[in-house]
Amino acid sequence: MSKIHVTTTVNGEPAEFLCEVQDSLLDVLRDQLHLTGSKEGCGSGDCGACSITLDGRLVCSCLVLGVEAEGKTIGTIEGLANGDELHPLQRKFLEHAALQCGFCTPGLLVATKALLDANPNPTETEARYWLAGNLCRCTGYDKIIRAVMDAAAEMRGEHA
Amino acid sequence: MNFVANFSDLKVVGTRPVRPDGIDKVTGKAMFGADLSMAGTLTGKVLRSPHAHARIVSIDASKALALPGVKAVVTAAGDFPEISSEEAAAGESPVNFRHMAHNVLARDKVLYEGHAVAAVAATTSAIADAAMALIDVTYEVLPFVIDVEAAMADGAPILHDDLVPSGMAAPGKPTNIAKRVEFKLGDAEAGLAEADVVVEGRYETTAVHQGYIEPHAVIASVNPDGQTQIFASSQGQFMIRQYVSKILNMDIANIRVTPAEIGGGFGGKTLVYLEPLAVALSRKAGKPVKMVMTRDEVFRSSGPTSGGVMTVKIGAKKDGTITGATIDIALQAGAFPGSPVAPACMCAFACYDLKNVRASGYDVVSNRSKIAAYRAPGAPISSFGVESAMDELATKLGMDALELRQKNAAKAGTKAAYGPVFPEIGFEQVLDAAKSHPHWSAPLGPNQGRGVATGFWFNIGGDSSASVFVNEDGTISVVSGSPDIGGSRASMAMMAAEVLGVPYEKVRPIVGDTAQIGITGMTGGSRVTFATGMATVQAAEKVVDELKKRAAMIWDISPEAVDWKDGEAVPAGANAGGFDPMPLAAIAAKAGKTGGPIGSEVSINAQGAGAGFGAHICDVEVDQETGHVKILRYTAVQDVGKAIHPSYVEGQIQGGAVQGIGWALNEEYLYDKNGRMDNSGFLDYRVPVASDLPMIEAVLVEVPNKRHPFGVRGVGEVPIIPPLAAVANAIKAATGVRMHSLPMSPPKIVAAIESGKG
Repeated sequence: MSKIHVTTTVNGEPAEFLCEVQDSLLDVLRDQLHLTGSKEGCGSGDCGACSITLDGRLVCSCLVLGVEAEGKTIGTIEGLANGDELHPLQRKFLEHAALQCGFCTPGLLVATKALLDANPNPTETEARYWLAGNLCRCTGYDKIIRAVMDAAAEMRGEHA
Repeated sequence: MNFVANFSDLKVVGTRPVRPDGIDKVTGKAMFGADLSMAGTLTGKVLRSPHAHARIVSIDASKALALPGVKAVVTAAGDFPEISSEEAAAGESPVNFRHMAHNVLARDKVLYEGHAVAAVAATTSAIADAAMALIDVTYEVLPFVIDVEAAMADGAPILHDDLVPSGMAAPGKPTNIAKRVEFKLGDAEAGLAEADVVVEGRYETTAVHQGYIEPHAVIASVNPDGQTQIFASSQGQFMIRQYVSKILNMDIANIRVTPAEIGGGFGGKTLVYLEPLAVALSRKAGKPVKMVMTRDEVFRSSGPTSGGVMTVKIGAKKDGTITGATIDIALQAGAFPGSPVAPACMCAFACYDLKNVRASGYDVVSNRSKIAAYRAPGAPISSFGVESAMDELATKLGMDALELRQKNAAKAGTKAAYGPVFPEIGFEQVLDAAKSHPHWSAPLGPNQGRGVATGFWFNIGGDSSASVFVNEDGTISVVSGSPDIGGSRASMAMMAAEVLGVPYEKVRPIVGDTAQIGITGMTGGSRVTFATGMATVQAAEKVVDELKKRAAMIWDISPEAVDWKDGEAVPAGANAGGFDPMPLAAIAAKAGKTGGPIGSEVSINAQGAGAGFGAHICDVEVDQETGHVKILRYTAVQDVGKAIHPSYVEGQIQGGAVQGIGWALNEEYLYDKNGRMDNSGFLDYRVPVASDLPMIEAVLVEVPNKRHPFGVRGVGEVPIIPPLAAVANAIKAATGVRMHSLPMSPPKIVAAIESGKG
C-alpha cells in the first residue's frame, strides 16, 4: 500500500510527511519529523505524555492518526518556548522543581498551556481536574500544581 | 573532608537552584530511552507466552524468517548460552544470573503470562508484528498457581523442580518456597506473655507496579569485532553492562553503555529485560536494533513488587511499653526466587526499641512476572501490618497513637532486631515534629478520620565514582556514574561548588557512560546523594589541594602556606607573604605552566549511610454509601539528615507518599481464571491522578548523618512506607472499620462497613 502525503503546520512552520494509514500522529511526530519531545507512555490515551494541540484543541497524539492532521495546525512541546525565551510555564516548572524524571513534563506543559488558554484564572481544583489525564509518577503533583498556579498568576500580571 | 559542623557557613548547599538538565526537560530536548535513532535501525519485538505455565515443546521460526524484512529471530536455545546459577550482590537484594537469563528469555518452560519466548528484528514495526504471528510455538500447558498461600500449599503446581529452599529444613519434595528468613532479638513469645494487652491481626497486600511513565527502551548496535554500543533507560549503565556481559558471555570492555535520561524507575529499572535481546538481535542482524516495551508489556512482563500475607502480634504493658512483637510474612517472588522478604522482616519493627521481637518470612515463587525492586523493597508491606497493629494497640490502651510510638521509639543506642545498634538517628525528632504540627490537632468533620503511621529504611552507600575537572577558564565540569532520576545532577554540582567555593552556575555536571567514569552502583537504595555525593566531594577536595599547590608554586611558597577561601587561594597567614588572593580562574589559566590540566577522579565504596525515619499524618473522608475515600490533608515528616537541594528532597517525599497512597487505595494486579493479568493498562491499573489528591506537605527534619561531609541521609525510599497504614488508620478513624487487605477500594470498604468489620 502506498503512503499518504499529509500537509500540516507544526509549531507555526509548514510541514509535510508521508505516512501509512495506520500510523499514529505521535509516531509521525517522533519518527518522521523527529520531534521526540512528545512521549509515548501508554499508547492508549491514559497517560497524557503525548499531549499536543490540534487546531488549538488538546489531544493525545497517540489516539490521532497521522492522516487526520491534513490541513491542521499542530502544537507540540518543541513550540512552547519563543525562540530562546522560555514560556512562563516552563520557567515556573523549573523554579518550583515541578519535575523529577521529566518524562511526563512535555505533556503536562502542553496540557497546562491549553488550560490557561481556555481559563487564565483556574482554581486549584480546576487545574487538578484538567490535568487528571496527565500522569506523573514522581512528584505527587504538589509542585506541578504550585507551578501551574504561579505561572497563571504571573501571566495574568498579578506578580509585582 | 570532615563533617561540616556549622551549616550556617554553607553558601550553595541548602539553596534551591534550577537543575542543570532542566531546560532540556521543559523544551522536549532531553533524550530518553526511545528518543535516539541510528541509521539503519531495525525494530525489535518480543513474542511472549500466552500461558501462565507451560512447557515449550518446540519453536519454529522458519516462516517468520522467510518474511521479507525480517532480519533476525533469537531464542534461548538457539542464541543464548546456558549459564550456571550464580548469585551476586546488586543494590538492595542479590541477583541470580541464571534466573535473570531465564527471565529475559524462557528456556524450557514459560513461568508466567508475558514471559519472553523469542525476539524478532525487522525493518519495520509492522513486519516485526507479522513475523511474531508466524513463529510457531508448541506449548504443553501446565497447571499454574498465582497466590502465595496456594503456592505454599501441598499439591501446588511446582515451578522449579530443582528449587532447594534456604534457611529451613529440606522439605523432601519439590516446593515453591525459595527461602525462609528469621530475625530475632530476645524472646518474643515470652515478651508477649508478659503483656497486659495483646493485639493480633492478619494483613494482606497485593502486587503493585512501580508505574514509571516511560516504558523500558533500548537501542543496541553490535559490530563484527564484538564492540557493542547500548543506549538505554535504566537505573544503572554499569548494571546493564555487567548483566549483558553475564547473560551473553561477552567481555565487559566490549560493551559501552550510555545512560539515556530515565523516565522514572523506582527500582523497576534495576534489571535487564530488553537489553540482552537487542544485543543478540543486533549481533545476528548486523544492524542496530531498537526495542521499546508497550505499556501492556511493562505491566505483564516487568516486575512489580510482591504482594503478601502476614500475621502481626504486638503486646504491651498498660503504660504502652511494648513487651514483645512478632511478624510472620510470606511474599510473592514471582516466577523466580527473590522477593524482598528479608528487608520486609528487617524493617518491620525497626522504628521501635524492643527487647523481644521476632520477624520471620517466606520467599515464595508463583506464576507471576518476576518481582523487581520497588522503593524501599518489602518495607511498606510489613509496615502496613505493623503500623495497623500499632494503631489497634493505641486504641486498646486508650493512648494517643503518636504517644505510643514516642514511648517505644528507636533512638541512638537502640539495638535493632536485624542486628545493628543505631548511631544518631532522628526518629524521636520526627515524632516530636509530627505531634507539634498543627495538622495533628486540627478539627475534623463528619465521616472524616485521621491516621498516623511511621516508617524506617536503612539507606545504603556502596560503589560510586565521580570526577571534577577544572576547565581553562576556571569553570568546572563534573562527571558522575549515577543516572539522574530526580535532580541528582543539581546536588552533585551544588556539593562541588560548595567545596570549590565557586557559584553553582560555574559547575556543569553530566552523567558519564561506562567508558567515561569509574564503576558506579545503581541509582537505588537512596544512595546517590550520599555515596556519589561523597565521591564528588572528595574529588572536589583533591582539586582544591591541587589548586593550592599551583598557587604555592606561582607564589613560590610552601603549599601548606596556602588556604582556600571562597574560590580563591589566599596566604594562610602573615608569615606566608603578602600576596593578593588568586582566584580559581587565574590558577586555571596558568595550569599549563604549573604542571598541566587540573582534575581528579575518585572511586569509593561509601560507608556510613544514615538510616531514615518518617511519620505521616493523613486525613480522609469516607463516603459511607460508595466507599470512596478522599484524601483531605496529608503531612509527611522525615529526617533527611541535611537537604542539599530542599525542593528535590521535598519532591521525593511528596512523590513517595503519593505512590503509597495509590498502593493503599487503588493499585493491584488482577488475574483472570487462566492466570492472565486482567488490568494491564493505566485505565484499569489506576495510579493516583492530580484530582485525587491535596497538596502533600513535606516537613524536613534535619538530624545530620555525621558520616557524610554535609550530613546527608538518603531520602527517596522512606516516604513510600508509612502511607499504607496511615491511610488505613485514617479510614478506621472515619468509619470504625479496620481494613486488613489492600487496596482499600470502594467495594471492599462498602462490604467492610456493611459487615461492621474489616
